[in-house]
Parts: sequence; C-alpha cells; structure tokens
Amino acid sequence: MTWELDSDRPIYKQLIEHFQLSIVSGCYKPGDKLPSVRDLAAEAAVNPNTMQKALADLEQAGLVYTQRTSGRYITEDKSMVEQLKNNLAIEQIKEFLEKMSRLGFTKQETVALMTSVKEENVQ
Amino acid sequence: MNPILECRALGKSYSGKDALCDVNLTVNRGRIVGLLGPNGSGKSTLIKLANGLITPTKGEILINGQQPGTETKKIVSYLPERTYLSDWMRVKDIIELFTDFYENFNPKKAYDMLQKLNINADDRLKTMSKGTKEKVQLILVMSREADLYLLDEPIGGVDPAARDYIINTIITNYNENATVLISTHLIADVEQVLDDVIIISNGCITMKGSVDELRTQYGKSIDAIFREVFRC
Repeated sequence: MTWELDSDRPIYKQLIEHFQLSIVSGCYKPGDKLPSVRDLAAEAAVNPNTMQKALADLEQAGLVYTQRTSGRYITEDKSMVEQLKNNLAIEQIKEFLEKMSRLGFTKQETVALMTSVKEENVQ
Repeated sequence: MNPILECRALGKSYSGKDALCDVNLTVNRGRIVGLLGPNGSGKSTLIKLANGLITPTKGEILINGQQPGTETKKIVSYLPERTYLSDWMRVKDIIELFTDFYENFNPKKAYDMLQKLNINADDRLKTMSKGTKEKVQLILVMSREADLYLLDEPIGGVDPAARDYIINTIITNYNENATVLISTHLIADVEQVLDDVIIISNGCITMKGSVDELRTQYGKSIDAIFREVFRC
C-alpha cells in the first residue's frame, strides 16, 4: 500500500489511519512484525519522530505491541481487529449519510437508492 | 544537556538596517526544523550568525551552549547558499579534502550517495550542471556526522525526483540526536518531513510550532498558512 498523505491534516493522524486500514484489510496480519521506525519513515517520506508518535498512539490503543528487544508487532487479538473494522465502517457510513442528507435525501430514500444501485450493478 | 541552538535577544543590523531584531529561539536536539520566510526576511542572516560568519549586533547566539567558534564548527555542518568550492576540482579531490579537514566526515557515505544519484566522482565541478553541483554540495554536507546541520536553500536548484531523494537522505541519514535546520521557500516539498517550523519576516519570528499542531490549529497545510500570512 502506498502512503497518500493530505497536506491539510496532521500527518501523524493520517499515518494512524494508514496503519488501521492496513491491519483491517489484512495487509498486515495479526502477529506480523513491523519494519523499524526509520524504515517506515523513509517509506512514507515523513519525519521519524512523527512516525514514532503514530506508532506510540497505536500501541496505546493496543493495535500494536512492542517486544522488548525485537521490535513492534501487530496485535494478535482478532476481536480487536474486527472491532476496529466495524468502527471504521460505521464512520464511513455516517460520513456518507451526512453527505446524502446535504443532497436532500432522507435515510429511507438513501437506503432505497442504494438497493436499486446495487441491483443495477449486479445485472 | 544544552539545547543545540539558542538565540537570546539576538539582533543583527547591516549599516543601520535591521536584518534580525530581538530573536529569542531555542532549537532542541533530534529535530528537523524548517526555517521559512519570504525573500529578505533574515533566514540566511540567522544561519550565518550560527556559523560565526558574521557577528551579532545585539544579544547572543549559542551552539551547544557555546558562542560560534572553532569548537562549534566541529559539530556544525553547513550548506551555504553559494558554493565556496573551486571549479577545477574533481569530486574525489573534494572528498579527500573533506576527509582531511573534518574528523567526522564519512567518505563511504559520500560515495554511496554519489552512486545513487549517478554522479561520477572523477568529474570536475565545472563540467556539471547547476543542479548536479548542488547535489554534490549537499552530499558533502550530509556525509559529516554532525550534531547540527544548517542547510541554506538545499533543494532550490534540483529536479523533483532528486529533491525526493535528497529529502529522503536527510531523514534517513541524520542521527537521532542531530538537528537539521532547513531554510527554504519550497515549503510543500519539505513540510512532510519537518517536526517544527519557524516562520520569520522582516527579521522577527512571526510563528513557530510543530507542523502537526499548526495543521490542527489552522486546518490547512503549512504551505497554505504561509501563503495566507505573506499574501502580496
């Protein structure tokens, strides 16, 4: 996965989102070892301190953990990953509904429209 | 430990005209700091003061707790805005000179970087384009294991691909306790790798802080903030 960073939002937040997405989508599997902070920073072309901050946040949230001398790993707690996946999905849906309501659609209309679009795509 | 760079009520005037006035500033170790400002704002003056190339009119500037001098020059690696190397020299001669001159110069690092950027060490400076010359200079500066790197407009003349490589070089090569101070107006290119920014105009600091804090506060990029502050 390439690192696409917007220029108008805090970088470390975007790094966190990138990791979350990589974990949820299975790019990183439970128990996978992460590259070093320095390598990750070089790959994302960001400051190592910023990368460090993002990883510290993820660690606090429990998504990654540090093995004293050998580095950082992705959590092996699959229920936590599922939970994260759900939360991210809910966020996306909320955002989408918000946009639809700005277009003047009620929730019912949105759901109906989604169903019909989905059927068209299947055909 | 002393901060790597400290300015106390620092002022510099050139025949009565203030280039810097009452600058108070502390730069800590292990940071990549952007020194941003429009033309003529005092960026180069501040960097020259830190190198001891010029002396303050008022106040003081300290590197690692000391006034600029022989001791501080050992730990400061400086990329000037203009070259001081002789045109007839070959890159390998300059590397030899630097190895001789600076205890902390690592020739292996320099050759590695030259190779990555496809620069032949047998070439003479005068046969090189402006951009290539700039790359050579930056390679020399970054090949020293210094505590403070002062880079005055390091990426102005190089193409975007080489710019990416150079920025990458800066973030991978500096050691964790070293600080890199980059003066530039190519903000969009560097802001992603900066910890902190210092914005100066007319010789005064108008804004300073961490990139992420400023982005959160203003909801826009440093580049956009800069354009807003200095709209002409």
